[in-house]
Amino acid sequence: MKPFDYYRAADLTEAAATHQPGSVFIAGGTNLVDLMKLQVMTPDRVIDIARLGLDRIEDDGDGLRIGALVSNSDLAADPRVRKRWPVLSRALLAGASGQLRNKATTGGNLLQRTRCPYFQDLATPCNKRTPGSGCAAMGGELRNHAVLGTSAHCLALNPGDMAVALRALDAVVEFRDAQGIAHAHPIAGFHLPPGTTPDVETVLPPGALITSVALPAPKGDRQIYRKVRDRASYAFALVSVAAVLRLERGRIVHAALAFGGLGTVPWRDPAVDALLTGEAPSMVLFDKAADLLLHPAQPREGTAFKLPLTRRLLRAVLEEATQ
Amino acid sequence: MTITLTTDGPAEDRMPEMKQGLVGVATPRPDGPLKVTGRAVYAAEDLPEDCAFGVLVRAPAPGTITLANADELAAFDGVLSVLQDPAMIRRTAQGGAGKAPRQGPGTADFAGQAIALIVAESFEAARHAARTARVIVTGDPGLIDPAAANPEGEPKAQGDLDSAMREAEHTVDVTYRTPSMASAAMEPHAAVAWWQGENVTVRSSLQMLKDNRAELADCLGIPQDRVRLLAPFVGGGFGSKLGIAPEAVAAALAARRLGRPVCVVQERRQVFELVNRRSESHQRIRLAADAGGRLLGLGHEALVSNLPGEDHIEPVTQASRFAYAAPHRVVGERVARVSLPTAGSVRAPGEAIGVTAFECAMDELASATGIDPITLRLRNIPDRHPQNGKPFSSHRLEQALTEGAERFGWAGRNPAPRQRREGEWWIGTGVAAAFRVNTLTEAEARITLTSEGALVETDMTDIGTGTYAILTQIAGEALGLPVDLVTVRLGDTDLPPGSGSGGSFGAATTGNAVWLAALDLRQQLASRLGCEEGDLSLQDGEARVANMRRPLVALLNEGSLTGHGHIRGGEALKQVRQATYGAHFAEVAVSDVTGEVRVRRMLGSFAAGRILNPLTARSQCHGGMTWGIGMALTEGMVLDRRDGHVVNRDLAEYHVPVNADVPPLTVHFVDERDPWAGPLMVKGIGELAICGAGAAVLNAIHHACGVRVREWPATPDRVLVGLA
Ligand SMILES: Cc1cc2nc3c(=O)[nH]c(=O)nc-3n(C[C@H](O)[C@H](O)[C@H](O)COP(=O)(O)OP(=O)(O)OC[C@H]3O[C@@H](n4cnc5c(N)ncnc54)[C@H](O)[C@@H]3O)c2cc1C
Repeated sequence: MKPFDYYRAADLTEAAATHQPGSVFIAGGTNLVDLMKLQVMTPDRVIDIARLGLDRIEDDGDGLRIGALVSNSDLAADPRVRKRWPVLSRALLAGASGQLRNKATTGGNLLQRTRCPYFQDLATPCNKRTPGSGCAAMGGELRNHAVLGTSAHCLALNPGDMAVALRALDAVVEFRDAQGIAHAHPIAGFHLPPGTTPDVETVLPPGALITSVALPAPKGDRQIYRKVRDRASYAFALVSVAAVLRLERGRIVHAALAFGGLGTVPWRDPAVDALLTGEAPSMVLFDKAADLLLHPAQPREGTAFKLPLTRRLLRAVLEEATQ
Repeated sequence: MTITLTTDGPAEDRMPEMKQGLVGVATPRPDGPLKVTGRAVYAAEDLPEDCAFGVLVRAPAPGTITLANADELAAFDGVLSVLQDPAMIRRTAQGGAGKAPRQGPGTADFAGQAIALIVAESFEAARHAARTARVIVTGDPGLIDPAAANPEGEPKAQGDLDSAMREAEHTVDVTYRTPSMASAAMEPHAAVAWWQGENVTVRSSLQMLKDNRAELADCLGIPQDRVRLLAPFVGGGFGSKLGIAPEAVAAALAARRLGRPVCVVQERRQVFELVNRRSESHQRIRLAADAGGRLLGLGHEALVSNLPGEDHIEPVTQASRFAYAAPHRVVGERVARVSLPTAGSVRAPGEAIGVTAFECAMDELASATGIDPITLRLRNIPDRHPQNGKPFSSHRLEQALTEGAERFGWAGRNPAPRQRREGEWWIGTGVAAAFRVNTLTEAEARITLTSEGALVETDMTDIGTGTYAILTQIAGEALGLPVDLVTVRLGDTDLPPGSGSGGSFGAATTGNAVWLAALDLRQQLASRLGCEEGDLSLQDGEARVANMRRPLVALLNEGSLTGHGHIRGGEALKQVRQATYGAHFAEVAVSDVTGEVRVRRMLGSFAAGRILNPLTARSQCHGGMTWGIGMALTEGMVLDRRDGHVVNRDLAEYHVPVNADVPPLTVHFVDERDPWAGPLMVKGIGELAICGAGAAVLNAIHHACGVRVREWPATPDRVLVGLA
């Protein structure tokens, strides 16, 4: 581990003031510390934001405002979340392990980095880790890699579960920039596909600090999170689906489908939602949705299985959600 | 005095004469409370004063190595030394090697090999320098893909299998592929070395101290009596700690160079590359059977891999030589020489993957013939070793299968696949037989009887198996002492050489040495009482002869008595085939949507001679069955096709089963005494429970949903391709 300075910020102003190029914020540390040990991340300064008082979940009109430091365990267990946004609770509980969820935070979870093994391995080139060095995943061993949103420079998957649910719930990420100015950005477009700059992963400007995530009132009462993985627990998604639907008189009036395990960002395709909206549920319809979703996919050896798996999963989830 | 015994024939069972009632009784581990409260001190948890820390530098690829920035690293804050000693080892020694593996870190035989050691005042400083090392690799990496190699070796043929295949009523000709697998022991390899003059002491995490001592001495170029190894607690081994490994040699060299103690721990990612892996395998299995399912021919040919010069060739077909009768046979391995991490022994080398694949093929034959899989196996149990005609020492496969079937509720099973469904889940059951060769090596033990009780000493290790418990029971039983008057000291080469832990021979080998040492003491006590040893009855600290009772303490004359035992395997290993047998049963659910598999229950039925301690034996079986689940469903090392480096080298990505993957496991022990296995009539149990366990799961998958997964692990994608 490269030597670094450690600061514990007392408030947002201090957090912003101590931040300089080469600094990172540390929340639960469950992702950052691992990457620091591997020297994939080598900050000069680590600013601890655990004591900023951002660990509350507050009612916000008809929705919720989730502090960035709320732990994954607390968020999943919150009675309001379990009642009205169960897809979020389920997504959280499908992630990592009990111990990790106790430490992991809402902000940190949103910013967790890819599990691409070549990203984690200093001995192999990686455009995300060292821009311009190349991509060892191409021509290498693929499994937990993306098939949607990839570029010629990067196949890295966004591995998170929580963000998939947030995507289906139209959450809004709230942050302060380095100058202390508050911003809000919809979760759609918050994560950036790799394009030619795989090292730039979100819209957050340098030094920005996520303060909270706003959760609007749910638009659908039929909520499902289903995750397929290589073991029963404690594994990242091969494919996951977050579905938020509402039906009226046998027709789908709201559909929001988001996917994990598929994309370089938590994936949602508005065209798929639009295709379903206004329609009566049927297997034919679900298949069309899968066609549309997977049409742009770029499967490779090692990830091709995700396409049929996604189709089956999507059909089953939609069938269950529309029953 | 010493009682020495070479097992040249069947032994007489003297256990019924013993009165203390400890052997065969569930006895908790004396070391258990220490372990669960974190007070058992493992290798790197007890550091001498002034200890420096070393971190191994890895080669990114195989080839000729240059450490380009050694001077820069040496100047890093806190760095004491950048060690590239020619005595450093390139590979982890194979189990039982007793000599140095290949040395000289100027060449990397495989990606991930240790090529230097950075020693610093702190672990963090050493690791930072190691991560900043610039390692340049040149030259020919050698072959990476085993399939591209021209393999060595030729399976052994008997009769004419090809004709048998042509003429048989039913045939199966299938290939199974298994990936490389890791031991994934909880405690990473670690060593703390310090010198006193010419003598070195190394606290380490090792399974076989007497061999490891010889290996380390050879590496360092010093006589064995200048090496002392300590390993009182070992946090799991599974074969990975059989041989001396790079961290121990590097720690000893660095400590000598610096004149101060040095601690080297392999970080988790290094454990996956530096520790010997279980070779991947391609197994072609051919079965030729008559209408009644009797085997006319069987073929089991395996392709495995290892580095050039390694003599470990994964003995995939070891059990296929004797498991089933069939006149026409082709059985054996070929090995591809490749630049991949060293292959070596991992829990139940050979049978773990070999029996598992073969038992899947037997299930395919059961489907082909329409014969119940248990009946099919019973019809093919040989009377004698089918390849060399030797008798079996004891054979309990039939009992294991039938007693297991009864407990699992096998009767009345509809053999057709895809019959039971619960929602989206297909439900099915599967069975497999288990086979594992049994052996006994050599061990010595000493017991000292004082007024405090008995002290049992040997350099044997307890790698989490329960050795402390069973040796306590054996000594207490023979000496008539309750467990709290028996103390066991292990893991120190200053003590008499035990067998070490490996190949499931530890309990039988070292256990018998302790038994003989106790018999030696019994003779000494008898002579003090003026009676025959056979007339002596020892119980609760008292000696009883006819009507006389004397406290043992009174016989010590305020001194102590010492007994020595020495056992070694002899003709009993050659004249008969000794093996352990078992049967596995599994019920699984397979999602018709995702191909995910959940094991719902599992039962193992095992015959392994006398069960010394049902508690620790059952734990061993739980472990083995869990490995079977891992083999069937989740585990596999991914090696990069370009340079052979281990891609998934941590426990987040190398998937051992987690609690949620493991259902209730039931273990049944078949009653057995195998007199050829030595005076205790104990056989190895630790490895038996893996052999074939995965096959029960894989066969249950087929029964549930009709899909044969012939490339493991059966991850959802591999099940899915077969689902309609
Ligand atoms: C073995 C393992 C298995 C896992 N399995 C899963 C899984 O199945 N599904 C899943 O979704 N996740 C999984 N995770 C990932 C886990 O969810 C993340 O590690 C965790 O959510 C990160 O949160 P943290 O608070 O610990 O973040 P940290 O490690 O503290 O931070 C992560 C990153 O976010 C930045 N950051 C943190 N908070 C803020 C903030 N408020 N503002 C700005 N920047 C910030 C940090 O600088 C850092 O770059 C797993 C992790 C491990 C180690």
